[in-house]
Amino acid sequence: MTGGIEVQVLQPYKYGFVTDIEAEVVPPGLDESVIRLLSAKKGEPPWMLEWRLRAYRNWLAMPEPHWANVRYGPIDYQAISYYAAPKRRPSRQSLAEVDPKLLETFEKLGIPLEEQKRLAGVAVDAVFDSVSVATTFREELAKHGIIFCAISEAIREYPDLVRRYLGSVVPYNDNFFAALNSAVFTDGSFVYVPKGVRCPLELSTYFRINAEATGQFERTLIVADEGSYVSYLEGCSAPMRDENQLHAAVVELVALDDATIKYSTIQNWYPGDEEGRGGIYNFVTKRGACRGRNSKISWTQVETGSAITWKYPGCILQGDHSVGEFYSVAVTSRRQQADTGTKMIHIGKHTRSTIVSKGISAGRGQNTYRGLVKILKSADHARNYSQCDSMLIGDQCGAHTFPYIDVRNSTAIMEHEASTSKIGEDQIFYAKQRGLSAEDAVSMIVNGFCREVFKELPMEFAVEAQRLLGISLEGSVG
Amino acid sequence: MSALLEVRDLHASAEGREILRGVNLTVDLGEVHAIMGPNGSGKSTLAQVLAGHPAYTVTQGTVHYRGTDLLALKPEERAREGVFLAFQYPVAIRGITNAYFLRAALNAIRRHRGEEELGPVEFMRAVEDKLAALGWDASYLERPVNDGFSGGEKKRNEILQMAILEPTLAILDETDSGLDIDALKTVANAVNRLRRPDNATVLVTHYYRILTHIEPDVVHVLSAGRIVRSGGKELALELEAKGYDWLREEAVVA
Repeated sequence: MTGGIEVQVLQPYKYGFVTDIEAEVVPPGLDESVIRLLSAKKGEPPWMLEWRLRAYRNWLAMPEPHWANVRYGPIDYQAISYYAAPKRRPSRQSLAEVDPKLLETFEKLGIPLEEQKRLAGVAVDAVFDSVSVATTFREELAKHGIIFCAISEAIREYPDLVRRYLGSVVPYNDNFFAALNSAVFTDGSFVYVPKGVRCPLELSTYFRINAEATGQFERTLIVADEGSYVSYLEGCSAPMRDENQLHAAVVELVALDDATIKYSTIQNWYPGDEEGRGGIYNFVTKRGACRGRNSKISWTQVETGSAITWKYPGCILQGDHSVGEFYSVAVTSRRQQADTGTKMIHIGKHTRSTIVSKGISAGRGQNTYRGLVKILKSADHARNYSQCDSMLIGDQCGAHTFPYIDVRNSTAIMEHEASTSKIGEDQIFYAKQRGLSAEDAVSMIVNGFCREVFKELPMEFAVEAQRLLGISLEGSVG
Repeated sequence: MSALLEVRDLHASAEGREILRGVNLTVDLGEVHAIMGPNGSGKSTLAQVLAGHPAYTVTQGTVHYRGTDLLALKPEERAREGVFLAFQYPVAIRGITNAYFLRAALNAIRRHRGEEELGPVEFMRAVEDKLAALGWDASYLERPVNDGFSGGEKKRNEILQMAILEPTLAILDETDSGLDIDALKTVANAVNRLRRPDNATVLVTHYYRILTHIEPDVVHVLSAGRIVRSGGKELALELEAKGYDWLREEAVVA
């Protein structure tokens, strides 16, 4: 029935421009001297360099993982440049010193950094290639004792905090890409919310890849102390290029007693063209530790970009009565491939987790949900609810679901629901018969399908997410 | 003046099988036409073809609506021009509220007419009475379109949409099937209230029952893809008494 439908779920990529800016780029290649150079450029203390080198030595012995349901050619790690930074940049992140071209770039991306144009209620850390170029609302946040800055700065300014938590959730030898990141990470954000403080602003980091033949390896660490709350959002984009670029990030979250971290992602890396040329390899390790009693970590992700996505934001539910959540929309269109899902590890008693995953495949996209729910022996009365829905648009795409369930405590309650649907001609015809255009009809059906996830996003970004899923139809519909 | 709807020698097929085999039908403004017939006679196909469902191919004949070639218009253009189909099997749209869907539809039609679009508040004000006429409260507008609706609720929802979109030509495809007596009365009353000299209704039905509530001006009998007999209300009574078989024989002879 749907043979006539050729749908492109994503709008033509709007963020594919290149900023012409003088950059300092380290020549391609990776060895210990490159790591020493990176560390020196960032003015890091010796312990940090040691940690990086340990990670690097581990990485050398690790094989690149290939168990994910994605196909790509070999990656030449020696052909990548591990550091690229605009030449003109501020010493202490004063906007007056930032190259106007950078400000212009972020403004074009919808992230104005200048005081008078900023988004109300959102503090932004803007990362351009390997460096953070500006962080807004810092003074405002400092009043509440909240630290929000580039991680490279945190390593220098708050070494005790960073040392205590860095690698405590994702160890440097966790997996191949996490080890690589630990060795060569260049920038990212650091957040610390002190005891009892509810962060008054949304915190947000925007990652922009600009330089050619470079990799982006950002590292984010968020610590919510007892009884605190923070909502954090990351966005990202990259120029259109025929070559693939590697993005291997690590995000670690730590929530202590009664603390809540809400982490949202709108991932819009360049997905490659219709023929599958170019696009970002997005190989990311994200994990949160609910260390305290009653702590809560909630992941919401809208994955629309990247040629390949390999990503499983998870929660380690250590504290009794802690809660983990994962809400995801993953879209694969063109020739994109995504293997994404979550891991919920229940250790504490009365821990609860919720998984809501929505996969949308169109064009020749391949979409895989892979999720692990593990209930350890110690986790009395743990509960999990999982819901995995897939939607297929057209007949050349694929949807796959791999749920892994490992229960070692008989008091656990597990629920799992899964569905696969195809956008039907009947649904589209129904909407058209009411006067809606084919584009509006499909867009409405897709957005309705994603609603349970979109409603978890902060207001400002829910609109952005819906817009990203705006539909452009190619060819005729019905 | 030409008729609102003029169907001439309409042939249509689905998956290579001919279902409509030369339908002729003229509907004038202010009229209610009932199209009756046994299962498989092509009643629903006729309704779907008029609305432009892509599963059917028109192989012969013409359809004029307000003097223009209806078949040349896309389904959404027909809708914006005032053709409304109340579906026999209304489709569910998860995660989209009735209010959002209906307002989008109404605004698409208003835009087409060069009228101003309605905001959420204006929309709610505009639909209040129409909801009440169906015995519904505003909570139905906040539910996802037909999702989790009972069969009867879906049919009522179709009539609500019709009331809000105010079509010039409403085609009701077996809206009465699956309704209990009370629901049937409510739906029939709502349809009667929408009868005006400047619109028309085509009622596709299997049963005489609904015609005791909605009085038709003309009754047609469709059999094997052709209208084999047309008459007044008394024709429906005759069918009720004799069934369809005698007409089927006539169709074969014809």
